[in-house]
Amino acid sequence: MSAIPAESGPASVEDLTATAPLGGWSRLRSDRWAVGGGLITLAFIIVAVFAPQISSLAGVDPYTYHINALYSNGLPRGALGGISSSHLLGVEPSTGRDLFAIVVYGTRTSLFIGFASTMLAALIGTTIGLIAGFRGGVVDVGLSRFTDLMIAFPQLIFMISLQALVPSSFPRELFMIGVIAVFGWFSMARVVRAQTIALRNRSFVMAAEAVGAGPWHMLRTEILPNLVSTITVIATMTVPAAIGTEAALSFLGIGVQPPTPSWGREISAAIDWVAVDPWYLLAPGLALFLVTLALNTLGDGLRDAFDPRGGGRR
Amino acid sequence: MKFARYLVLRIAAMIAVLLVVTLVTYLIFQIVPADPARAECGRVCTPANLRRVRAFMGLNHSVWRQYIDFIGAIFTGRNFGHGANAIHCSAPCLGYSFQQGQTVLSLLGQTIPVTLSIAVGAGLLWLIGGVAAGTFAALRHGRAADRLVMAGSIVGVSAPAYLVGLLAILVFGFRLGWLPTNGYVSISNPGEWAEHLILPWCALAFISAAIYARLTRSQMLDALDEDYVRTARAKGLRESRVVGRHALRNVLIPIITVFGLDMGVLLGGAVITEKVFSMYGLGALLIGAVGTTNLPVITGVTVIAATFVVVATFIVDLTYRLLDPRV
Repeated sequence: MSAIPAESGPASVEDLTATAPLGGWSRLRSDRWAVGGGLITLAFIIVAVFAPQISSLAGVDPYTYHINALYSNGLPRGALGGISSSHLLGVEPSTGRDLFAIVVYGTRTSLFIGFASTMLAALIGTTIGLIAGFRGGVVDVGLSRFTDLMIAFPQLIFMISLQALVPSSFPRELFMIGVIAVFGWFSMARVVRAQTIALRNRSFVMAAEAVGAGPWHMLRTEILPNLVSTITVIATMTVPAAIGTEAALSFLGIGVQPPTPSWGREISAAIDWVAVDPWYLLAPGLALFLVTLALNTLGDGLRDAFDPRGGGRR
Repeated sequence: MKFARYLVLRIAAMIAVLLVVTLVTYLIFQIVPADPARAECGRVCTPANLRRVRAFMGLNHSVWRQYIDFIGAIFTGRNFGHGANAIHCSAPCLGYSFQQGQTVLSLLGQTIPVTLSIAVGAGLLWLIGGVAAGTFAALRHGRAADRLVMAGSIVGVSAPAYLVGLLAILVFGFRLGWLPTNGYVSISNPGEWAEHLILPWCALAFISAAIYARLTRSQMLDALDEDYVRTARAKGLRESRVVGRHALRNVLIPIITVFGLDMGVLLGGAVITEKVFSMYGLGALLIGAVGTTNLPVITGVTVIAATFVVVATFIVDLTYRLLDPRV
């Protein structure tokens, strides 16, 4: 962190970073839920990065059809959805593709789109929040009204409609990252705006202004470094939402296209089989649930640790 | 009088928002790569034919003129083409789906009841269920019941509606056989209508009720520490009255505000839920239209979705004013 003049007395309510980051980290470490969430998130990230290696260790891939793993009616052979030593989580009904490999590669799809769209949303939200908070006036009012309007909007309907705009040759992952980010930056912009306004009136920022620092310099060296922890917290809380949106769009059949593995699309396919092969639902459903839960608890923990307003769990 | 003034301003703002949304929607879909006239022109499409189709569909005018035609048709209806082949779309005309040979309004008329039934029931359930669970947890602060509600809410927040819905289908539909798991029954048969909607309502309400339970709990804990609650208790009021009338009223104000902001989420959730329970609603209509680049339907659904959110937010706002006499 940059050198912030030490201020005595209680931290101002608006300023998250006034509590020393070190205190935040130790608070975070003592929060068992947050640590658990962080570890599970880390495990999923490792799975996503090493998806090909992990799949080939298990001797499977997500694209090969294993017709001989199925009965003639399309149901997996054997109990529990066809779980066996060669198919650790069973196989997909009607195609016999390996569910373990699908879930492992699906992690890659989910996390890539989730993290990439969050980064883009954080960039847009931070930029707009900084401008609104720093400039104030008409710019601020306009941007604030716009975000108010957008937050209440039927975003999913708009996301579906926008699919009509992309040619089928356009990479679907990129489009989804863009669409999720375009509808995902509002809360970031709001919080960054509020923090920027609060910081702008703090003595060290005013001092910098008094000695003749330009607006760009002040934003970059005085304000932005103090927003880092806030941005991290909000971004962490945005990732599970972005992953959920990707899964929801894929569930509706308008997300990533086959054969790219996706949890949402698997869950959607499981609808037709849930009566006869409920195990098909289990692995992709559980993976989606676990990673969302882990990121949510991590995000909550980060907020409690770095945001004095949260007051921690009571 | 103040209220009448508020109503007029609020309705004017609603109409302005809808006009802007319609305009933006209309403009955005002008850049769609597929040419809707080309799709209707048939396999052997001569330039002359294409021109005729374009004129028939009203696409031969400038974007602005098309937008004005679209808005005008809502009030006066419009004709596509002339003479014997003309297609009439009576007011309120939201466009015509040439692919399906139906007005967009009639397509919406078939699908809106489905989505609206899911959304309204689930919305009420999540608000009431969430507030009830949150209040219950706050009153048992720190005890097992409180921790159970809190743990349940973290789990609920992380489970997507379709996953909850599928599990509900599996357990209550197939294993226990208590409830139907798919299909929509018209509200003209209220008993079956409700029976088919119980699972969708619960599945969609579950997650948001969990979020609202957390919110209610923390607000309620704060409220119970307030002076006015102490005063009410000191007056010797029964605890149920202190909580029910004094604390809950103040807790509801921020909750209702959040609920107003969640109308878009509610509609999105309903669209997902209808797919889980194999009901043909707005979402299915829209996804089908996106697949075939059916622009009139895409525009119609988008505008109707925006209208739903704007009107629902308005209703929530009115409730808010009733609850909080200070506003």
